[in-house]
Amino acid sequence: MDLQTTIYLVVGLSFALYIGIAIWARAGSTSEFYVAGGGVGPRINGMATAADWMSAASFISMAGLISNMGYGGGLFLMGWTGGYVLLALLLAPYLRKFGKFTVPQFIGDRYYSQTASTVAVLCLLVASLTYIIGQMTGVGVAFSRFLGVSNETGIYVGMAIVFTYAVFGGMKGITYTQVAQYCVLIFAYTIPAIFISMQLTGNPIPQLGLGSNLVGSDISLLQKLDQVVIDLGFGQYTTTTAGSTLNMFVYTMSLMIGTAGLQHVIMRFFTVPSVHAARLSAGWALVFIAILYTTAPAVAAMAKTNLIRTVTPGVVTQNADPYAADSQIKYDERPDWMKRWEVTGLLKFEDKNADGRIQYYNDKSKSEEFKAKAEAAGWKGNELSVNADIIVLANPEIALLPNWVIALVAAGGLAAALSTAAGLLLAISSAISHDLVKGVFKPNISEKGELMAGKIAMACSIVVAGYLGLNPPGFAAGTVALAFGIAASSLFPAIMMGIFSKKMNKEGAIAGMLAGLTITLFYVFAHKGLFFIKGTDYLPLIGGPNSFFGITPEAFGAIGALVNFGVAFLVDKFTKEPPEHIQHLVENVRTPRGSKAVDGRHAH
Amino acid sequence: MDKQGEAYWKATLGLLTKILAVWFIVSFGAGILFADMLNGIHLGGYPLGFWFAQQGSMYIFVALIFYYAKKMDQIDRKFDVHEE
Repeated sequence: MDLQTTIYLVVGLSFALYIGIAIWARAGSTSEFYVAGGGVGPRINGMATAADWMSAASFISMAGLISNMGYGGGLFLMGWTGGYVLLALLLAPYLRKFGKFTVPQFIGDRYYSQTASTVAVLCLLVASLTYIIGQMTGVGVAFSRFLGVSNETGIYVGMAIVFTYAVFGGMKGITYTQVAQYCVLIFAYTIPAIFISMQLTGNPIPQLGLGSNLVGSDISLLQKLDQVVIDLGFGQYTTTTAGSTLNMFVYTMSLMIGTAGLQHVIMRFFTVPSVHAARLSAGWALVFIAILYTTAPAVAAMAKTNLIRTVTPGVVTQNADPYAADSQIKYDERPDWMKRWEVTGLLKFEDKNADGRIQYYNDKSKSEEFKAKAEAAGWKGNELSVNADIIVLANPEIALLPNWVIALVAAGGLAAALSTAAGLLLAISSAISHDLVKGVFKPNISEKGELMAGKIAMACSIVVAGYLGLNPPGFAAGTVALAFGIAASSLFPAIMMGIFSKKMNKEGAIAGMLAGLTITLFYVFAHKGLFFIKGTDYLPLIGGPNSFFGITPEAFGAIGALVNFGVAFLVDKFTKEPPEHIQHLVENVRTPRGSKAVDGRHAH
Repeated sequence: MDKQGEAYWKATLGLLTKILAVWFIVSFGAGILFADMLNGIHLGGYPLGFWFAQQGSMYIFVALIFYYAKKMDQIDRKFDVHEE
C-alpha cells in the first residue's frame, strides 16, 4: 500500500472511533454537559486531562523548539509539568470540594460579587480564544501536510468532527474521545522515538538512550552532539540557556502558574467523584503527560544528531574534519525525505557559495575563531533552513521507518490538536451559557434551556474558532504566550487567595486581577503592538526591548502575578473584610468531608 | 474555625510547604540556578544539571503529587475530616 493510502486509512479509522464514541456518549443533562455526570475515575480523567493539555504545540512543535534551544528548552518541559504540582496542591482539590461547574462561579461566590465573576469570565474568554486559534491552524496544517488537501478543507473537516462530539456530547463526549485521542497520540509519539533511540544508541527506551553512548563508539550521544554543534558555530547543546538565567527562571515560573490557571485544564477536575479522586487524578494526569514530555528531549537531541549526520556524515560517525570540502554531502545526492519536505517549504536549500554541497552551520556565531574557520573553508552563509516542526513530523522518514508509522504520526498530530480544541471550546461555551446567560442575564432559565444555550454557545464557538483558524490574525504566534500570561497574572492569584486567605475581600481580588492583567498586557503590547496591531508598539516608552531586567514578554506572566498578589493585599488592608458567611465558606472548602456531586446552583 | 479545624489546616500547610520546597529545589534550584555547577557531575551520559532540567524534575514532580495524595489521606483521617 502506498503512503498516501495508508495515511487516509489510519486517520479515517481514528475519526471513525471518535464519532463512534460521540454517538455512544450523548449528554442529556447540564451535569453531563458540563462535568460528564461527575463520575469519571481518577485514571480515566488523568488520561483525558493529558490529551486536553497536550496540544498541537506540544506534539508537533515542542521537540523542535528544544532541538534548537538545547538546554534552555527545558523551560517548556519544567514549566508545563511543574504547573501540575501547583494545580494538585493549591487548586484542584479545593475547587472540587466547592463543587460548581466553572471557575468564574467560584470567583463570583467566594468574592460575593458579580463584578469579580464577570472579570474572571473576561480573562477566561481572552485566554481560551487566543489559545484556540493555534489549535485550529494546527488542525489545518496537519491535514494539508499529510492528506494533501488544502488548509481550508482541513479546518472544515476538523470543525465538523469536533462539532459532532462536542456539541452533542458536551464534557461527557469530550472526556471519552480524549481518552481515545490520548492513546493515539502517545503511540504516535513514542514509537518513532523508540526506533530512533535503538538506531542511534542501541537502547530502546528514549529516556535512557539520551544518556547513552552512540552505537559503536565509547562517546556519549550528548557529548558528541555538544562537540559537533560547537564545530558548526552553535552554542553548546547541554548548557545554552534561554536568554539569561533570570529570564529562564521567570519564564519557567510563568508557564507553571499559567498552566495551573487555565480553565480548560481546571474544569477537568470537576468531573471526578471526590476530593480524594481529584488529588490522585492530578498525579495520573502528570504520569500520562510525562510519558510524552520526557520523550521529547530525546527526540530533540536525536533528531538534531540525525540531521547533522545526514548533512555531514563523517563528522558525526568518524571524527572527520567538519571544514574539509568533502565532509558535506552533495545537494544532488541528498536523501528522498529532504526532497519531499522541500516541496512543503519547511526545508530550504540555497547554494550560496555555488559548490553544490550543503553547508549547515550557524552563520550568526559571535566566535571570531569560528568565523575565521568558516571563511577559510569558503563558506558563504548557512545554506539549509529547517523549520522546527520538521523535527517531529519528518522524524519517521529521517529514520527510514515504515509507512504505517508515518501515518500514525499524522493521526497523532490531529488527535492532539482536536482534543485540546474540544476542551477549550467547552471552557468557552460553559463560561457563556453558565456564567453569563444563567449567572447574569437569565437566572431563572430551566435546566433544559441552559443545556440548549450551552449547545448553541458551543456551536457558535466552533464557528468563531474555525473563522479565526481560516483567517489567522497576523499575531497568531504570539498569542499562546499571551494566554499563559493572562492565566498566570489574573486567574491563578485570585483563585489561590480565595482558598488560602480567609480575609481576602472582593475589592482586593478585583483590583488584583485588573492590575495583574493590565501590567502584563502593557508589557506584551509594548513589544508586539497594541492588540498585536503592527506599528503600534511603544518600546521607547518602557526603555527598549526586554527592559525589565532582560525579561522577555513571553516570560512576564509571573511578574504580573506578583503585582496581582501585591495590589490585592494592599487594597484588602484598607477595605472592610469579607462577611462572616464567606469566611465559613472558605473553611468549608478547605476540608474534604461533605463533598458532593458537582452542580450548577448560583449562590446569589 | 474550631481548634480541630485549625490544627487540620496547619498540618495541611506544613505538608504543602515541604512538598513545594522540594518542587522548587529540583526545578528552579538544580535545573536552573545550580545547573552549571551540577553539570560537572555525570549521570551516565547526562550532565546532572541538564538531566534535572530535561528529565529529573519531571519524574520528581510525579512522585511529589502521589506522595501528597497519600499524605493528605492520612491527615484527613487523623483529623476525621475524610470523605465517607
